[in-house]
Amino acid sequence: MNGEEGLVAVAERTPLVEMRGINVAFGGVHAVRDVSIDVHAGEVNGLVGGNGAGKSTLMRVLSGAHPADSGEILVEGNEVSIKNPRDAKAQNIETIYQTLALADNIDAPGNVFLGRELTTPWGTLADGSMEDATRKVMKRLNPNFTRFKQPVHSLSGGQRQAVAIARAVHFNAKVLIMDEPTAALGPAETAQVRDLVRQLKEEGLGIFLISHDIHDVFDLSDRISVMYHGRLVGTVDKTSVTTDDILGMIILGKRPEEVTQKDLAELELGSAPVS
Amino acid sequence: MANVADVAPVTGQVEPPARRSLRGMVAQTEVDFRLFGMLIALAAILLGFHVISGGKLIQPNNMLTLAVQAAGIAIIATGMVLVIVSRNIDLSVGSLVGLVAMTYAVLMTDWFPNIFGLAPDTPFLWVLALAMGVGMGAAIGALQGFIIAYIGVPSFIVTLGGLLTIRGLVWYQSNGAAVNGLDKTFLLIGGGAQGSVGGLLTWGIALVGSIAVVAILFNSRRQRRRYGFPVRPIWAEIVLGVAGCAAIVGVAWFANNNFWPQGLADRVAAEQGWGPAPEGGWKIPTGFPFPIVLLIGVTIAMTWIATRRKFGRYVYAYGGNPDAAELAGINTRLTILKTYVLMGILCALAAAIVSARLNGASLDIGDTYELLVISAAVIGGTSFSGGIGTIPGAVLGAFVMYSLKYGLSFVGVNSPGQNIVVGIVLVVAVGLDTINRRRGT
Repeated sequence: MNGEEGLVAVAERTPLVEMRGINVAFGGVHAVRDVSIDVHAGEVNGLVGGNGAGKSTLMRVLSGAHPADSGEILVEGNEVSIKNPRDAKAQNIETIYQTLALADNIDAPGNVFLGRELTTPWGTLADGSMEDATRKVMKRLNPNFTRFKQPVHSLSGGQRQAVAIARAVHFNAKVLIMDEPTAALGPAETAQVRDLVRQLKEEGLGIFLISHDIHDVFDLSDRISVMYHGRLVGTVDKTSVTTDDILGMIILGKRPEEVTQKDLAELELGSAPVS
Repeated sequence: MANVADVAPVTGQVEPPARRSLRGMVAQTEVDFRLFGMLIALAAILLGFHVISGGKLIQPNNMLTLAVQAAGIAIIATGMVLVIVSRNIDLSVGSLVGLVAMTYAVLMTDWFPNIFGLAPDTPFLWVLALAMGVGMGAAIGALQGFIIAYIGVPSFIVTLGGLLTIRGLVWYQSNGAAVNGLDKTFLLIGGGAQGSVGGLLTWGIALVGSIAVVAILFNSRRQRRRYGFPVRPIWAEIVLGVAGCAAIVGVAWFANNNFWPQGLADRVAAEQGWGPAPEGGWKIPTGFPFPIVLLIGVTIAMTWIATRRKFGRYVYAYGGNPDAAELAGINTRLTILKTYVLMGILCALAAAIVSARLNGASLDIGDTYELLVISAAVIGGTSFSGGIGTIPGAVLGAFVMYSLKYGLSFVGVNSPGQNIVVGIVLVVAVGLDTINRRRGT
């Protein structure tokens, strides 16, 4: 619809978060090469690419789980140092990991507040306040949820996902990183997560959405960033490309305008791996 | 979001309906079913040996002796729970008890009089000795914890090295000799007639304990009400309150039915000028021995640390999922280091009890404690896969183990025979637990 104007408007504002020239190497493997990426308030940037393309590694840098070897991170235009998960959370950058990163032996409130426990004036855990806050945030995410006292290993996949999301959204996140948020969910729960992404976007969060599911990405994203073998092929406006263009970028590692007839011929033969 | 409620799966989200079975009733009281089972096992063991021994086992005197024997192991086991919960192990506790016990002995017989110039009857000598022992335990724990958490050497290796090294240090500390003759006040830590708090204080402890039980139940109910959370049915609250208070008062009454040895009682009465003895001689209740009071204090403090403090929460979170703890921004290394510092402090307390009971220290004091402590923790429900285990469970585990040992020796089974039984019970207890957990309770 108004893709052109939207793009201009976005470009004029300072991004909520900007990563510039990020490099990460594991031993001899260059997992992320000179990648620059950003997200604006109220925007979903969908991050796609084949297995081992470096999407998760790039996002682990932003969430503080793995330090970058070089590159800089800017939050609202100011350079920040993110060396560990605490630094990221201090910048209101929250992450929902693919593994969910829940302590299975602890209940939902304990997981939501893990590492950021509320305490009483005597320094003890304020379990009442934490359960109260968890009940409030879960009411929005999973209204039928009642098992606040059970360790989370006894919960269903969707409930566990809701707990992981509750943890990310409760603390006034500005930037949300979602790594394969629907990979382990059934259709109903997937629909629920999609609704939530739209809602959070409307509330003005900037969201990085990593997904294997290209339809998910097309459905939810405003811009789509494609990674290929550790480098960023490009970030494109969703309205200016087709699903095939994105698939081409994922598989060939080339922007649509760079793709040659030869490339397409090889694709027709099915010799390239499809992720 | 309105339509989300409609599509959300409903199964398994409704609170289970109240069941009329015993298990259902216990579930409603929210009492840990495992702990409840262990209490029953403990009672069954004691009653069994009581019957086999012809009704002689369950007497105040025997029960207090059993409890004092178990106290040292139980105290260390409370710390071992946190170490095992966070996926580590500590094999050095026995040697550390030995080293600190020898330190107490050497301090009080040699260093205090000869180096510090403190006369043997200086007041609060025992406080100084205890403080130095606790400091030493904490320092050695911190060193081992540092190597494990910050350098990354597996805890099994570090504490195995600790077991050997520290035991060797015990020898050098006293040049291979046993040391005897501790401070008179320090000896009271070991228990015995004079090392007990007496009848009145025992009732006082029971009163405070009962008030605390009621206050905790009341407060927790009021808290949950205030937030509008579901609460236990009122009958369950009353059952818990009455049972808790009855247990506390019962144990106090039992302990107060243990009396000083007649000769000692009469002698002290004569020294104090209490006048002529009543019919049957003076009867002075011992009440709780100091090691038991120490154990009660440690159990409460460690339970509080494990369940009410951030540190305890982090220990369990790390044990449940180390990556999750790390990604949540928890300082996991410092958390692990602290578990070993706590362990060292608890070893120093246990060493005080053991050395006070022996009025000194021998070279093999604390030998094989690591195995007994780990057994107590594991019988008490601590899982080696991490994240699971409770402080009261480990204390009960120590009592189950020592009840078996004491009961067996009471009916004439020798020490190797006791080991056979305890070994089998250890494996069976964990086996039952594993099956139970697999069934998903």
